[in-house]
Amino acid sequence: MTLNQFLLLLLPEIVLTAAACVVFLLDMVWRRDEARGRWLPWFAVLGAVLTAAATVVVWPMAGTDGRPLAFAVGQGFGGDAIPMMALDGLAIFFKLFTVLVLIIVGLSAGEYIQKHTPFRGEFYALMLLAGLSIMLASAATNLVMIYLSIEFLSITSYVLTGYLRDDPRSTEGAIKYFIYGAGASAVMLYGFSLLYGATGTTDLAAIATALAGGSVTVHWLILPAMLMALAGLGFKIALVPFHQWSPDAYEGAPTPVTAFLSVGPKAAGFAVLARLLLTALPAFRADYWAGVLAGVAIVTMSLGNLVALWQSNVKRLLAYSSIAQAGYMLIGLAALAPQAESWTTGLNGLLLYLFAYLFTNLGAFAVVIAIENRTGSANISDFAGLIRRSPFLAVAMLIFLLSLIGIPPTAGFLGKLFVFGAAVQSRMILLAVVGIVNSVVSVYYYYAIMSQMFFGKAEDEEPIGAAPIMRLVVGINAVMVLAIALYAEPFIRLATDSVQMLAASF
Amino acid sequence: MPVDQIVKTVVFVIFTVMTLGGGLGVVVSPRIFHSALFLVLSFAGVVGYYVLLDAGFLAAVQLLIYIGAIAILILFAIMLSRGLMAERQSQSNQQWWIAALVALLIFVVLAAVLWRVDWPVASQQALASPSNAISQEGSQLGRDLLGPYVIPFEVASVLLLVALIGAVILARETES
Repeated sequence: MTLNQFLLLLLPEIVLTAAACVVFLLDMVWRRDEARGRWLPWFAVLGAVLTAAATVVVWPMAGTDGRPLAFAVGQGFGGDAIPMMALDGLAIFFKLFTVLVLIIVGLSAGEYIQKHTPFRGEFYALMLLAGLSIMLASAATNLVMIYLSIEFLSITSYVLTGYLRDDPRSTEGAIKYFIYGAGASAVMLYGFSLLYGATGTTDLAAIATALAGGSVTVHWLILPAMLMALAGLGFKIALVPFHQWSPDAYEGAPTPVTAFLSVGPKAAGFAVLARLLLTALPAFRADYWAGVLAGVAIVTMSLGNLVALWQSNVKRLLAYSSIAQAGYMLIGLAALAPQAESWTTGLNGLLLYLFAYLFTNLGAFAVVIAIENRTGSANISDFAGLIRRSPFLAVAMLIFLLSLIGIPPTAGFLGKLFVFGAAVQSRMILLAVVGIVNSVVSVYYYYAIMSQMFFGKAEDEEPIGAAPIMRLVVGINAVMVLAIALYAEPFIRLATDSVQMLAASF
Repeated sequence: MPVDQIVKTVVFVIFTVMTLGGGLGVVVSPRIFHSALFLVLSFAGVVGYYVLLDAGFLAAVQLLIYIGAIAILILFAIMLSRGLMAERQSQSNQQWWIAALVALLIFVVLAAVLWRVDWPVASQQALASPSNAISQEGSQLGRDLLGPYVIPFEVASVLLLVALIGAVILARETES
């Protein structure tokens, strides 16, 4: 691969990095200029849009089998090319996914960030770089690259969580996130080192080859190494029992950051987990990891939902709800069904669920941000009588909550249909039953918000005038949530095509 | 056993005592300043391992960065923080025995893994070849960083930029 080809394949990442640097620089230049500073979010959104364009440019180059991104310098230097990342369906899907997250969060953050922090430009630049780390993680095919990009994502997330320095809860959340994160990533690295030690390679595909040809005693190593890797990735996804940080971090972080954290790192964690398990450890699925993931999915769904029942702060409630949602998504990975026999392979269900969850959760958080901008807090009581104060926000929030429950015709229903369907197909009936029972339990706390919005009595009946841009974001998300369900075919095709390669390995 | 083997074993034991003893000191000593000093001892033990493994460059890096920069920075931070120097406080709480139990369990599991797995060992020939001069090892590292590992290398630089800016944002005085 020549240098030019190599750089061309990295175009989306390069554009995104450049955009972040431009925002950093403009922020310095316009430091004293309030009026111009207001344009910074738009530059960040523009950067994300250009990244999307670059992704579309490289899309055809991925081909059907994907392209490894390996680069060897000229012959004089020697050294082999070692692929660090791949440009394949999964990578493309998560590049587009990340860009959507960046655009939606970037558009909805404006007023909140303006009010709460003097470091505005840096916020958007750090957000773009957090997006970059998600793109890198989801494309990484080498343990070195996986660890580095996950660590990159973590460090950016710590800074963003502690962004409100004058708010002790923000600092508390960031410190908890940081300490748990440092421990989790150390454990993950130890797991990686075991895999490397046993196989002598950090390339995921080569690890699978080495393990397949290796001795039986290697079996002793797989379970500990896998559990250790799961600790690091489960921490990013906030799976039980690696979730303790998330409610405090979600409650303390600036609300746009909470929105980002509830979607972005989860997507990165799932992408890496899917790639790691299906590329490096496919032979150990039935014996080891399918069972472990199913168990983790069951406790994650149940604990997330049970604790959510007692929450009075909407950010905290959505934090526990997002833990439960991650549990449903994990079903998709635990219950892989053979591709030839069924419409859902579990993997495409996972991607579809993530896609639905992206618009649903970011939409719900956009409503929370809009209300917080006016009332100053995010308790369930702040939602009282919302239907009279802002009918638009109330109806949109209703759509998002229905989607989180999984009631048709919303995107959440489609996602649940696919992951539960996969569980049934692969005869993991218990998993499907627990998932459905949990969905029913979740109605209770989502309904608490709905009943406040429609039947609650507000102390202050003054209308909430959300900014036009917030209305736009909320509106687009609500339309997408409905569109994915009503016009599902292209979305299902996108999800299925994206996992074509990985799905072929089992 | 040939003499050089005996010497190697004795040196290994010394470095192990330094590394593990230092690590234990970090978590049990009641003064945080002493913890930091024990950390230096532990890092120094790891330097010894690298030397034993003929990884001269890594040993130098470990010495310069971990002891020379990171540990010294920690010591400065402790000395400049009010109250941290004088205070004596126990590092353990009522849950210490649960933590010890879990740690012991993890140790047993990892020991079993180390014992049971046939680790692929580099061929004797490679080990017997004259230990690489540091310069050669370093230049190979440089080629690798700008060759096959160029993406992680560049990503690390962006990561450091984020860490730098993040630290400034979290620590800087706000102008009102």
